[in-house]
Amino acid sequence: MNDRAGVTGGQAERPFWSGAKRVRMPFGWAAGAGATAERGVAAARGDPRRLKAGTRVLLSGVVYTARDAAHRRIVQALDKGELPPFDLKGQVIYYAGPCPPAPGQVIGSLGPTTSGRMDLYTPRLLAEGLGGMIGKGERSREAIEAISRFGAVYFVTIGGAGALLSRTVRKAEIVAYPDLGPEAVYRLEVEDFPAIVGVDASGVDIYEWRNRG
Amino acid sequence: MRTIRVEYIRDTVRDLCIRAATELPGDVAVALIKARKAEDNPLAGEILGAILENAKISSSERIPICQDTGLTYVFLEVGQEAHIAGGDLEQAVTEGVSRGYTQGYLRKSVVRDPLWDRRNTGDNTPPAIHVEIVPGSDLSITVLPKGTGSENMSAVAMLTPAEGVQGVKSFVLETVRKGGANACPPLVVGVGVGGMMDTAAYLAKKALLRPVGTSSADPRTAALEGSLLTEINALGIGPGGLGGRTTALAVHIETFATHIGALPVAVNLQCHAARRATATLRGEEVPLL
Repeated sequence: MNDRAGVTGGQAERPFWSGAKRVRMPFGWAAGAGATAERGVAAARGDPRRLKAGTRVLLSGVVYTARDAAHRRIVQALDKGELPPFDLKGQVIYYAGPCPPAPGQVIGSLGPTTSGRMDLYTPRLLAEGLGGMIGKGERSREAIEAISRFGAVYFVTIGGAGALLSRTVRKAEIVAYPDLGPEAVYRLEVEDFPAIVGVDASGVDIYEWRNRG
Repeated sequence: MRTIRVEYIRDTVRDLCIRAATELPGDVAVALIKARKAEDNPLAGEILGAILENAKISSSERIPICQDTGLTYVFLEVGQEAHIAGGDLEQAVTEGVSRGYTQGYLRKSVVRDPLWDRRNTGDNTPPAIHVEIVPGSDLSITVLPKGTGSENMSAVAMLTPAEGVQGVKSFVLETVRKGGANACPPLVVGVGVGGMMDTAAYLAKKALLRPVGTSSADPRTAALEGSLLTEINALGIGPGGLGGRTTALAVHIETFATHIGALPVAVNLQCHAARRATATLRGEEVPLL
């Protein structure tokens, strides 16, 4: 269990993203926990998976990028009984594929891609213990149901703000599938990455609120 | 007769790719600033603020506005009196895209084949090249890097003439209602009406080249653009799809003659990173031998 996991603080110091809660990644994970036990972990006080939809957050810590092709390969690996390229338990995946870094940069522009394209793979990864996802846009009914069933959380960040978001990245390295180019899996260390809880562990969806007016 | 060397075209395309990726057009920035003033929803205002701050960082630090630097559209208006010399025009444009994406540290987002070989081509080629022959001897080049977040939410419909203007309106609204939140709003909504299926789609893409804040030259079409913009913004999708007054910055409609039995309409959604860059090349006077 990562002892730095959890929600701390209340108000962010900077004026941007007012009222945000600070959240550490990866989230905590109890050894040997299955889906049912995981719900118990998520229910613990201070666990990021207890955050309510609409809460603004500043995310810090480790996150892995994966988009269309990487998801396909991860699920293929799981289907063959192989290990995924990183232990999914309690981790957070960022749906993104960066621009290459120019000299002197940690990483190039790095905003979210459309999360809905990963919906088909999401229940499988959540069943393996994935703690959260960051992306943009609406999720399918099946994905929302799985987020709720496994007590996970979906964060929404600002699409088309890749230059701004890239500034939160302190470290970046490719850990899997380098042949996929921008679709490779990167391990990122981020600090104060702004997002908002889009779907919470009880299945509440902020996009649905908007539709109801 | 004026001569334009292919090396000049190649290097201009390279520069335009980099400029388009890192400099938000002024008309788009102005529309975003106006939108922020109009928002009373604090989250919508903060998202628009972040989008504007992002554009500032991009241009000062040369970091792409969005990591999705798109599939590259290159629109060429070739003066009929220009003579392109020194090589193949299509090759020169393709090489310019390759150099722009490599030398500008832009993301390479193109795969070889949609079905059988989804391997990255490694330099964002091939681009989509559209050529029009126009009067004069200049060559005008516009680069539009088109991201897939908004492209995937675009749609074409083959309406019947009986469905008319109301049918077009309903289809545009329905397309934005269904996919708008995923397409990185506030959007520029490109609409193509007329011709056949391909014409409508091409016109919808070309509509994205028009500066935000301009209206159709036809007053009836301009009025339709205005009423559609109002209705789209009444959907409440808002910046980032999280609610607010600004779902679209503009609706641009382009039309063309069509068949007696046809009313094709295409809606090409463009995200708020409505990037494009243009340059005009003057040929050099070279004495005819």
